[in-house]
Amino acid sequence: MSSSKTVAAPGSAHPIALSLRRAARFTAFYPLVGLIVVSIVMIFASDSFLSASNITNILRQVSINALIAVGMTFVILTGGIDLSVGAVMALAGTLAAGLMAAGLNGVLALLICVAVGAGFGLANGAFVAYAGMPPIIVTLATMGIARGLGLIYTGGYPISGLPRWVNWFGEGRVLGLQAPILIMILVYVLAWTLLERTPFGRYVYAIGGNETATRLSGVRVARSKLLIYGLSGLTAGIAAVVLTGRLMSGQPNAGQGFELDAIAAVVLGGTSIAGGRGSLIGTILGALLLGVLNNGLNMVGVNPYVQTVVKGVIILLAIYIGRERRKTA
Amino acid sequence: MSAILELRGITKGFPGVQALSGIDLTVGAGEIHALLGENGAGKSTLMKILSGIHQPDEGRIVVDGQDRHFADYHDAVAAGIGIVFQEFSLIPYLNAVENIFLGRERRRFGLLKSRSMRAEAVALFERLGVHIDLSAEVRALSVAQQQFIEIAKALALDARILILDEPTATLTPTDAEHLFQIMRGLKAQGVAIIFISHHLDEIFEICDRITVLRDGQFIADTDVAETDMDSLVQMMVGRRLERSFPPKPAPRPSAKVVLEVEGLQIERGGPVNAFRLHEGEILGFAGLVGSGRTETVMAVLGADPAHRKTVRINGDAVRLADPAEALSHGLGILPESRKTEGLITSFSIRDNISINNLPKYRKAGAFLDFARERTTTDAMMRQVGVKAPGQNTVVETLSGGNQQKVVLARWLNHHCRILFFDEPTRGIDVGAKAEIYGLMRALTEQGYAIVMVSSELPEIVGMSDRVAVFREGSIVATLDSDQITPTDIMRHATAGETHELV
Repeated sequence: MSSSKTVAAPGSAHPIALSLRRAARFTAFYPLVGLIVVSIVMIFASDSFLSASNITNILRQVSINALIAVGMTFVILTGGIDLSVGAVMALAGTLAAGLMAAGLNGVLALLICVAVGAGFGLANGAFVAYAGMPPIIVTLATMGIARGLGLIYTGGYPISGLPRWVNWFGEGRVLGLQAPILIMILVYVLAWTLLERTPFGRYVYAIGGNETATRLSGVRVARSKLLIYGLSGLTAGIAAVVLTGRLMSGQPNAGQGFELDAIAAVVLGGTSIAGGRGSLIGTILGALLLGVLNNGLNMVGVNPYVQTVVKGVIILLAIYIGRERRKTA
Repeated sequence: MSAILELRGITKGFPGVQALSGIDLTVGAGEIHALLGENGAGKSTLMKILSGIHQPDEGRIVVDGQDRHFADYHDAVAAGIGIVFQEFSLIPYLNAVENIFLGRERRRFGLLKSRSMRAEAVALFERLGVHIDLSAEVRALSVAQQQFIEIAKALALDARILILDEPTATLTPTDAEHLFQIMRGLKAQGVAIIFISHHLDEIFEICDRITVLRDGQFIADTDVAETDMDSLVQMMVGRRLERSFPPKPAPRPSAKVVLEVEGLQIERGGPVNAFRLHEGEILGFAGLVGSGRTETVMAVLGADPAHRKTVRINGDAVRLADPAEALSHGLGILPESRKTEGLITSFSIRDNISINNLPKYRKAGAFLDFARERTTTDAMMRQVGVKAPGQNTVVETLSGGNQQKVVLARWLNHHCRILFFDEPTRGIDVGAKAEIYGLMRALTEQGYAIVMVSSELPEIVGMSDRVAVFREGSIVATLDSDQITPTDIMRHATAGETHELV
């Protein structure tokens, strides 16, 4: 098609330079480059970084943030935000733990855990989509409500005494893969299909691109937004199952600041905070980038206080590069 | 009367458009001078040149007999020019005094001299003969009062030439009368006023002279006493009426009614409207900007809430709670602003066209069938004649005409038979306009019914089979075939001869 000719026109560029330029238009290009660069640095900085056990370790550590970031990607793609996910995850986890400790069927308890997450998400969605309230305010409020409910329910103490099999979700293995990693991969595949291969996914991008135009063209925008926030709660609920399996207890104070880590992963992954542009592949790369940074800086022995500063600087840098790129595009 | 302001041969081009060519304008001291022309005639550009916001490519600006060059707004202000824009520049949370002295507050030792500023504001409003609550935040004041503050602000800067850009567009008739009193008072003090308005009756009431622009050209200037409404409309519209619009089909009185709107009341206590749309016709919605045409369309579609409405499609009562429901009943819209309401600008042509067609492209009940999406989009693009490198072209890069075709194509794969075109050719070049007109006629021949909102009189006259004229939120007249003349439409739209009608 003639569009590819116009790309080739501006000069006798080397084929590699050309394909690089083409690759640069792919939203996840910069996060991928970032991940590779940081990984190479870590390989030189620490001998054991590249060991199989360390890689598995990183993936497992990343899994919870990556799961939460799935729903967050959908929400941010519409130009919204969900601050409640960390608290919702904690509430769902403590509730499941409490029910199991009280003798309820474990499977049922875990299903309730996921449902509580989804329910909170739908409530967020209802306020945002049908009451027209700003997402940052709605989810700030439900964050407080979820956190408070978890503390009330547990009295502030962890709940333990869960059936041993629940630990599978945190540390079990299938075909050599750890269960959290497996769950993460499964959720990403399903979510990617939903986002890239269904009408609903297209609406997510369209709402972020121009909500008014999307609504006027006859798309049920409010219903889509309801489901998008529901999805964010749902992935927080799934993250709660993994977390509960790993901790083998319900911790009402778990997940503090997880919403910010998820937002960081999404933004590092190249998704525009204004919505409309971005990808799930970018998000998983963003989550991995954060994970590699955490892990690497720990291994090198960087003071944890310094680590948060480094992460903050990297996020600023990533957004700055993203903005520059959009201007030239 | 000596000329306080003379513009000679003002010419200004923007990339792709010649906005003004050789405009002359002469205004005497103590004269109220109307600047008249349709939307896009060049009035705003001329006023921006006069206030230093744009610089002319050619031409002279002469104030008090001296040639002037305005490098920016401040130069114009220094030369005694004051402008009150349509969009007010007041800070809503400050009071009148603070607004008037914004940016040039009087100070002593770094502290504000509130009393001195307040005294001057009082003097200014006395000069205007209006009473303003000086301690109230301006957002709490009426639109008219805010406008008076804008005028006071200009006078505080010693303006001797005052530009009022459509000042009455947002005023009630009583407030407009109040404004006219103020204008007469300023005139008596020797202030020259350039008055922009689409309300011809106001021009006859308040103005001394008139300059008419059309398509960026100077057409005529004349004393108000020596002209009448017919010749003014003729000057504004010109021979463009003869421009080739597709021929209108013969009236078909037997055509069935496809859309019937009754008792449409947008706000409680507001005007109540009704209209009918027949198969195969184009119904023009004429009227001034802000007369309630777009609001009516949006309320019918359910895009904005209506207090009460009864809508029947092919005789069946329908609810139309939102645009999605309207679509399910076969109603579609090409919104007024393509960029902010029509297109998802970051999307490709294909994604924009298929956005409301996606459920049709599903396979296995859920997943998008990209091949089918591509072929259907291709057919849609060919049907409306989108010119672009390919389906993947981002719509941002398209011309206005092609963008409009993309929005139109979106509706053609549905069972939609009723389309609302809101300002369909705004910002589109002449050639593409003709194509859009051709498409609209082709659609009505296939049995589509179209409501067309337009602020361009030639377009309304050239395209509409029937015209509903809006004024202040009400449909005040519905005109048929040979009743559709520019003068009649203007008369109804501006209440020129209301008393005779009622």
